[in-house]
Amino acid sequence: MKQRFLEVSVGLFVLLGIAALFYLAVQVSNIAEYRDSDTYEVLAYFDNIGGLKVRAPITVSGVRVGRVADIAYDPERFQARVTLAIQSDHDHLPADTQASIFTAGLLGEQYIGLEPGGDFEMLQAGDEILFTQSALVLENMIGRFLTNMSTD
Amino acid sequence: MIDFLAGLGRAGLGWFAVLGRASMFLGRVLLSQDAVLRRFSLTVAELYSVGVRSLLIIVVSGLFVGMVLGYQGYITLVNFGAAEALGGVVALSLVRELGPVVTALLFAGRAGSALTAEIGLMKATEQLSALEMMAVDPYRRVFAPRFFAGFVSMPLLAALFSAVGVIGGYLVGVGLLGVDSGSYFSQMQAVTDWREDVVSGVIKSVVFGFVVTWIAVFQGVDAEPTSEGISRATTQTVVVSALAVLGLDFILTGLMFGDL
Repeated sequence: MKQRFLEVSVGLFVLLGIAALFYLAVQVSNIAEYRDSDTYEVLAYFDNIGGLKVRAPITVSGVRVGRVADIAYDPERFQARVTLAIQSDHDHLPADTQASIFTAGLLGEQYIGLEPGGDFEMLQAGDEILFTQSALVLENMIGRFLTNMSTD
Repeated sequence: MIDFLAGLGRAGLGWFAVLGRASMFLGRVLLSQDAVLRRFSLTVAELYSVGVRSLLIIVVSGLFVGMVLGYQGYITLVNFGAAEALGGVVALSLVRELGPVVTALLFAGRAGSALTAEIGLMKATEQLSALEMMAVDPYRRVFAPRFFAGFVSMPLLAALFSAVGVIGGYLVGVGLLGVDSGSYFSQMQAVTDWREDVVSGVIKSVVFGFVVTWIAVFQGVDAEPTSEGISRATTQTVVVSALAVLGLDFILTGLMFGDL
C-alpha cells in the first residue's frame, strides 16, 4: 500500500513537471514559429538598418509572413545585408516588392514591412529585393529639420 | 608568520583534497547508475522524498515570486506607458533566471540538506559499513538512486516554478492591476523564444540539479561521523550549493545570452 502511494505520487509529480514544460512551450514561448519552418530566403540591402534585430518580424499589410534570419555588413557595397526568411505559403510577392524598416510601438521594436509592387514576375528564393527604405534615424531627421529651418 | 603561511598552505591542500575526493566520489556514483533501473523501487522512493515532497514549497514560492514580479514590473513599466509589456518581463525573468536559480536554492535547502543529514547519519551509525559487510555496494544501493532522483527532480521543479510564476504574474497583473489579458500573453510569446530562453533555462536547471545533488550527497558521505560533524555538513551543503549555483549561473548566463 505504501509502495503504491509512492508510485502514484511520483508519477503525478513527473506528469506535473512535464505539463509545466509543455505549458512553458505552448503558452509562454513562441514554439509555434518553429513549426512553420518551411521558408524561403531573399536578400535586401539597406543603407541603415537602425535598431533592426535578427528574428524581427516581416509583415505584409501588417500580417506577419516571416522573420529576419540574418544581418551582416557587406564590405563591397557598404550596406547592411539583411536575409529575410519568408514562409513558403506566401510566395506570391512581386519581384519589385519594396522593403522598408518601420518602428512598432513605443518601445521602438523595429520590423520590416513589405509593400508588393506590380511586377508579373514573383520573388524567388535567393533573389534580392531592389527597392528598400532604410530605418529613420532620429538624429538625421532632426538635422534635416534644422537645415530646412535655417534656409527658410 | 611562518605558522600563518603553513596554516594557509594546509587549508589550501585540504580544499584540494576535498575536491579530489568529491570528484572520485562523483565518478563512482556515475559508474553505478545502472543500479537506478535495476532497482527502480528504490529510485521511486527517492524521487518521492526529493521531488514530491519539495513540490509544495516550490509551487508556493513560484506563485509568490510571480506575483511580486507582476507588481514590480507593473510599477516600473507603467512609468513608460508600457504596462502591456508586463507579460514579457515576467516570463523572461522567470524562465531565464529566477526559475532555475531560486528553485535550485530552495532545492538545496529543502532536499539537499535532508540528503546530507540522512547519509551523514547513516555513516555515523555505521549503516554504510554494515551494508558493505553484507556485500551490498552502498554506491548502488544508497548513493546512485539519490543522485539520480535529485538530478531528475530539479528540472521538473524548475519548470513548475516558472509555469506557476507566470500564472502568479497573471493573477496580479491582469486580475489586480488591470493589464489586458490578451496583451499579457501575446507580449510574452513575442519576446520569449523557445530555444534561446526556455531551453536555456532548462539546461541551467539540469546543471544546477547535478551540482546541488552532488554536493549534498558528497557532504553526507564526507561528514565527520559525529552529531556535530553532521550538523556542520548539512550547513555546508546549503552554503556551498548556494555559492556554486550563483557562481555557475553567472558563467552559464554569460555563455548563453552573452552574445546578444
